[in-house]
Amino acid sequence: MIRLDASAPVTEPFPTPSTAPSPPAPAGGPSPDLRGAEAAPTRAIEMRALCAWYGSHQVLHTVDLDITAHRVCALIGPSGCGKSTLLRWMNRMNDTIASARASGSLNLHGLELLDPTLDVVDLRRRVGMVFQKPNPFPKSIFENVAFGPRLHRSYGRTDLEELVEQSLRASALWDEVKDRLHHSALGLSGGQQQRLCIARAIAVDPEVLLMDEPCSALDPRSTASIEELIRELRETYTIVIVTHNMQQASRVSDTTAFFDEGRLVETGATDILFTAPRERRTEDYVSGRFG
Amino acid sequence: MEGSIEWLLWLLTMVSVVTTVAIIAVLVSESVQFFTMEGHPEISPWSFLTGTVWSPLLGARPEFGVLPLVTGTVLVTAIAGLVAMPIGLLTAVYLSEYASAKTRTCLKTVLEILAGVPTVVYGFFALTFITPYLLQPLSESFGTYNAMGAGIAVGIMILPIVCSLSEDSLRAVPQSLRDGAYALGSTKFDVTAKVVVPAGLSGVIAAFLLALTRAIGETMIVALAAGGLAQLTANPSQQVQTMTAYMVQIFLGDAPANGIEYRSSYAVAMTLFAITFAMTGTGAIVLKRYREEYE
Amino acid sequence: MTIGHTIPIARRLRHDRLMLAACLAATTLAIAVLSALLISIFVQGFSSLDWHFLSSFASRKAANAGILAPLMGSLWVCTICGMVAIPVGIATAIYLEEYARRSRLRSLIQLNISNLSGVPSIVYGILALAAFGRCFGAISSDDPWTLGSPDSVFFVQFPFGRSVLAGGLTLALVILPIMIIAAQEALRAVPVSLRQAALALGSTKWQVVWKVTLPSALPTMMTGAILSMSRAIGEAAPLLVIGGVLLLFSVPDNLMSDFTVLPLQIYNWAGRPQDDFHRIAAAAIIVQLVLLLGFNSVAIVIRQKLQRPLQS
Repeated sequence: MIRLDASAPVTEPFPTPSTAPSPPAPAGGPSPDLRGAEAAPTRAIEMRALCAWYGSHQVLHTVDLDITAHRVCALIGPSGCGKSTLLRWMNRMNDTIASARASGSLNLHGLELLDPTLDVVDLRRRVGMVFQKPNPFPKSIFENVAFGPRLHRSYGRTDLEELVEQSLRASALWDEVKDRLHHSALGLSGGQQQRLCIARAIAVDPEVLLMDEPCSALDPRSTASIEELIRELRETYTIVIVTHNMQQASRVSDTTAFFDEGRLVETGATDILFTAPRERRTEDYVSGRFG
Repeated sequence: MEGSIEWLLWLLTMVSVVTTVAIIAVLVSESVQFFTMEGHPEISPWSFLTGTVWSPLLGARPEFGVLPLVTGTVLVTAIAGLVAMPIGLLTAVYLSEYASAKTRTCLKTVLEILAGVPTVVYGFFALTFITPYLLQPLSESFGTYNAMGAGIAVGIMILPIVCSLSEDSLRAVPQSLRDGAYALGSTKFDVTAKVVVPAGLSGVIAAFLLALTRAIGETMIVALAAGGLAQLTANPSQQVQTMTAYMVQIFLGDAPANGIEYRSSYAVAMTLFAITFAMTGTGAIVLKRYREEYE
Repeated sequence: MTIGHTIPIARRLRHDRLMLAACLAATTLAIAVLSALLISIFVQGFSSLDWHFLSSFASRKAANAGILAPLMGSLWVCTICGMVAIPVGIATAIYLEEYARRSRLRSLIQLNISNLSGVPSIVYGILALAAFGRCFGAISSDDPWTLGSPDSVFFVQFPFGRSVLAGGLTLALVILPIMIIAAQEALRAVPVSLRQAALALGSTKWQVVWKVTLPSALPTMMTGAILSMSRAIGEAAPLLVIGGVLLLFSVPDNLMSDFTVLPLQIYNWAGRPQDDFHRIAAAAIIVQLVLLLGFNSVAIVIRQKLQRPLQS
């Protein structure tokens, strides 16, 4: 397990959701970090009455959901149920889509993420994302991992090398690439590329990792290695994963939230949700009867 | 029927091959005649390529050192590149990364118009606008004909080439790379300068090369605006003669078709052809390599 | 362990704004240049533009001069150029895309075409002077071979000398590589499935090309053709090599007539020191730009009208 940021664990209770958006974190300053809170499980992300639209089409209807720190939360549901939209609001990637808007409250450790004045650059440093298809930059493996850290901080050469090594070790890629760090990342296999993207995301030391169907473009063996990695990473990061694959959700996640037609149908511990769902629709979906 | 059609298509395809062969044959045979002309033992390929005086029509004894024509061409091309490459690349970045779809369509139309303007028009523009209204107010050293005015006009002429080819290669950079960079906390500057432009760089370089090739071969602008005095100078306020402008001077003039100065234009054309052929070849190879890399 | 120094976000945002400012400045400059070009030419040339200017021949006095000969010359030369370059260009594209095997020879031909597109147009003029103007010295111009009668439009003499036929063929050589590349791109855009469907119905290769591939590639091809033609209509350098600049008092009446074209006339007038001639040069440029704009709008209309059914 790596710990790049040794700020003391903060265990103050999660602030009650306020109606007024809290001010954005001071630019470049230290952000509240609840990592390593070993005592009671804390809530990393809290949503209240979250609604989201693309243009006039409403894709999320009054979602209330809490995501626990240092757990893997899987978002499942049929295509178009709004789970990817939800993910893209958590790091404000929806800002790149002009017609996207949202209401309600989406809170990360007391920081209101829907605040239009939010410093999204700092937010995205704190909330990393791994995409459906591996998207390494057409640069060397080293440059890919060093890209994020270099954006936010200036490093000495040896510090940077150490950071890259730690990130690659944490994503279980180090042994495979240590001899060709300065070769193009495009020469890696699909699974390796996706692990490189994970290394790239954790190199900026985020609190939360968002994964948008990270294995859908991969073969079964690569999928298995990524799933194993996710299990390891949960000790350090809060992970939210969108997946279409029921088995994957049950294998990697601690809690699962089932969405249908933009509504949160049911959420709970993964083993319970898959074996004894409360809702009929959840049961139909997890047993493969629709979706 | 099928066979004869294929044969006919093949025959027409050979037109472009024959064109290349014929260009090379004409240039080589005429240049050989220039170098071996009777009564001019001082002319050799070596003296031609390294000579620093070009005075085919003036003086008692003509001198044929091509370097002043080459430096004249390089000077005008360099000015054109300095004008077109930054403006073209930045406009391409604006079009590909910032502009809305509507603005993009509008600006592309502007560029298409610029691309279609005949080069003689840019020469006229240099002569009647750039030099008298932009350059001469700045410094009195600019004459009616000068390298600067011609260079700027050539720069304007190649701007659409730089811009639209660069834009193509920037837009070919997959959106997923931009998303990946944004998700790491990049600003738009970071995404553009550290991901998009480096990823599209080979396309941008190919665009630069092709545009500079056009600048080197440009004729009408320099014939109108750069002057007619072949001199070895790096001063952009002076008049210079480019390789193409010399050819125009000869073909427009009364030089007898068997004379030494008439023949010299073929040696100049050979030099010009060799330079541009090498540059386009390099551009094509760069582009090909880049396509292989990202497909 | 926290390592490195935080880069202040203010500095990063400043870079962001600088970048946008630089891009906007460059784009504005490009638009400003086009405006300056159009306005300066319009201001200089508009007053000289009238019916007399369009319908008269050249003159020693700028006030009496007109562009009838170069205007008709441009039309003749461009028609010949198009009639040669468009079919040859399309045929070459069809051969390379549909028939040629992916061999070394094919990629060599391809490289040759892209190299040809970078050859300065004045060099084509030199080739044309040798080939069309002099038949490589095989036939003396004092004793030409003659086909047909001088009264016929299709009267032909070898060598072509400085005739409209030589001019049109010269421009055809200049735009051939551009035309080939445009036609190839159009053919490549036709989905392979379309061809396979036709082949599966038992069509021969040529039937597939003629009935399926060509019709669906035609709109894009025509756009490419028109854009190549607009390049041809603006070319002056290669024509200057084969024919020099002539002040003509007649319009072409057969393939062997002498000719001049608008860009050459503009060059001639622009090169004179007197402002009077600069004004009529500007007027001729306006005519030239209007012609080009006409060409381009036709291309845009074709693109929009004919591409729609393909896309749906």
